[in-house]
Amino acid sequence: MNRLLTFVLIVVLSAGVVGATSPWLVKQIKLGLDLKGGFEILYEASPLDGGGKVSKDSLVQTARSLEERANRTGVAEPDVSIEGTNRIRVKIAGVTDEAKVREVLSKPANLTFRSAVGCTPQQGYCKTELNGSDFVPNGASVRQSNLNAYEIDIKLKDASKFAKVTGDIAKLASTGNNQLAIYLDDQQISAPNVNEEINSNTASITGSFTLDEANNLKNTINLGALPLKLTEKYTQSVGATLGQLSLQETLFAGGLATVLILLFMFVFYRIPGAIASFAIIVYIWMLLLGFYLMDATLTLPGIAAFILGIGMAVDANIITFERIREEMRSGKSVLSSLKAGSKNSFRTIIDAHVTTVIAGLVLFFIGTGAVKGFAVTLILSIVVSIITNVGYSRLLLHLLIRSNKLVKPAYFGIKESEIRAL
Amino acid sequence: MRYKFTESEKRFSFVGKARYFFILSIVITVLGVLTLAFAGLHYGVDFKAGSSVDFSVKKDLSGQKNAIQQFLTDEGYGSPALTVGTNRVTMRFPDTLQQDKEEKLKADFASKFDKSASAEVNTVDPEMARELQLNALKAVAIASIGIILYVSIRFEWRFAVAGIVALLHDAFIVISLFSIFRLEVNLPFIVAVLTIIGYSINDTIVIFDRIRENLRFAKIKTGADLANLVNASIWQTLTRSINTVMTVLIAALCLFIFGGESIKLFSLAMLFGLISGAYSSIFIASQLWLVLKNRQKPKMAAKTPAAS
Repeated sequence: MNRLLTFVLIVVLSAGVVGATSPWLVKQIKLGLDLKGGFEILYEASPLDGGGKVSKDSLVQTARSLEERANRTGVAEPDVSIEGTNRIRVKIAGVTDEAKVREVLSKPANLTFRSAVGCTPQQGYCKTELNGSDFVPNGASVRQSNLNAYEIDIKLKDASKFAKVTGDIAKLASTGNNQLAIYLDDQQISAPNVNEEINSNTASITGSFTLDEANNLKNTINLGALPLKLTEKYTQSVGATLGQLSLQETLFAGGLATVLILLFMFVFYRIPGAIASFAIIVYIWMLLLGFYLMDATLTLPGIAAFILGIGMAVDANIITFERIREEMRSGKSVLSSLKAGSKNSFRTIIDAHVTTVIAGLVLFFIGTGAVKGFAVTLILSIVVSIITNVGYSRLLLHLLIRSNKLVKPAYFGIKESEIRAL
Repeated sequence: MRYKFTESEKRFSFVGKARYFFILSIVITVLGVLTLAFAGLHYGVDFKAGSSVDFSVKKDLSGQKNAIQQFLTDEGYGSPALTVGTNRVTMRFPDTLQQDKEEKLKADFASKFDKSASAEVNTVDPEMARELQLNALKAVAIASIGIILYVSIRFEWRFAVAGIVALLHDAFIVISLFSIFRLEVNLPFIVAVLTIIGYSINDTIVIFDRIRENLRFAKIKTGADLANLVNASIWQTLTRSINTVMTVLIAALCLFIFGGESIKLFSLAMLFGLISGAYSSIFIASQLWLVLKNRQKPKMAAKTPAAS
């Protein structure tokens, strides 16, 4: 009786947890751009002046800068990742103004020093005095000043040019417009006063920066000084309506498939089939939980893998049940059939699953983009399948059979006539 | 469960008829090689470079193919391959569409044909396309080696070889069918083929596992004994094979009929592959193992073959 009680308790508890958390869980799952609309661009980076190689640092900085830019346009959660030695993949889901975001992304970060020489008061700092190509590539560095503030030093290629620029600006001192404003793209970083000609090949940017801010700025400036040229190698863009349509259609197909599979299991395997069906529902829930915990993005191939995963998860149950039925047909009692069947089928399931995991792992390490996402889903679904369709479903079956409530072969879809004498 | 010789004698012999199934598979494979050699594959944008634009429309534009063609020519988009369905218009440009042109096309098409048109655009650079193709091949090769190693360790090399042949057979049949029916080969297709490989080996391993288990208890004296054992093993796992393929077929069929447009081809590839996977597991793989095993004859009489 106790076992039956445990069985009921576990079922009610699982059903409760699954039922209560599912709506929330489903909402937490991140959808890929093929389901939500949005776009994906794969850039190939190359040094601007042709020669040389793309360094890891410059690539990381470029990626960081792209993310920063995407954030600045107000899109939610841009996904920027580095692939290989010279590629950057940008995924942005749910954008409305795709053209604008793409334009902001493709413009290289540009560091400029501007002055008000020859400008009307309304124009502000209208004259660009120095730009990215005047600075030594990767020449920016962070220095701590006497006052414990962080400053960024920039190296110039030509000291005389800087001398001339600062000389001109110093002449404006009487008007109060003698600043050399430092801009990153169109954002002013600082505007120090220039009081005299500076004949040097270093300039420094001062301000009240924290160490992190100073380092970030240094990185961005270094990127500006060595802009990587980005070329679009692959783009995919999906309209928002189209994405939603795909999502609805595929979810409907998935729901229908699930219901049919569960029905099939119940009709064919009766009581164990019902347990398997329940285990499969828990399996779907755990898979979603896994997605949420891994912060994975669900894409269309991902959903397909998911649904096929359900089909394959059933396999683990079928292998076990068929094995138990075989043992029963040979005349063993229900309990000993269960023991023998569980033991014998376990090895089969593990061998079969491991081979599929091997295929999944290869896809994960070799694949890019959609293939990688699919591989993650595949591997996760196999791991979860072993937990729910081997561990969980067996636990339930054992509890039920050991409670002595399920001893007739008919409950397993077996006719008395099929059973041979031992 | 102990293996009994008499059990399988009345039943259909999967092993006895193996020759016909080998011939069938060889014929399909040769046909596939021929179509692949002469017609090749119909590569989608993922593998051939260029741009593909899919419009999903609310209005029925199926009668307007000429109008759309005219519109494309007039606006200077050239003449891409054009497919006009009831609620989907697909254009396939041989060259990559620049960003500004892409934006303009989307806007113009929407204003001219259907305000609610929603577009999916894919653009791939030629260099990228080649790399994708190479990577897919590499993935299949490495996955095969990995599986061979695992199966060789857990079973024996003959099972590994037979399993890999069955697996490549399935992948190849799907690729051949796509070539024969001129269906588009794109990235999801590759994903589908790779899933099929995973499924196919999974299915085959279950039968191999039973053969291995039966071998442990059986006293094999002649080649006929071994053939009987294989046949009985297939029969013992048959219900499971059929039921499993039924459930995955239900899933794939639902996806194919009701799923989103962009996974139609994916689901179709899966359907082909699942059927082929079940077929090769039941009719090809174990029989192939038997052929390999029979070559080992000298040792056969001396001792019971140890499988694991």
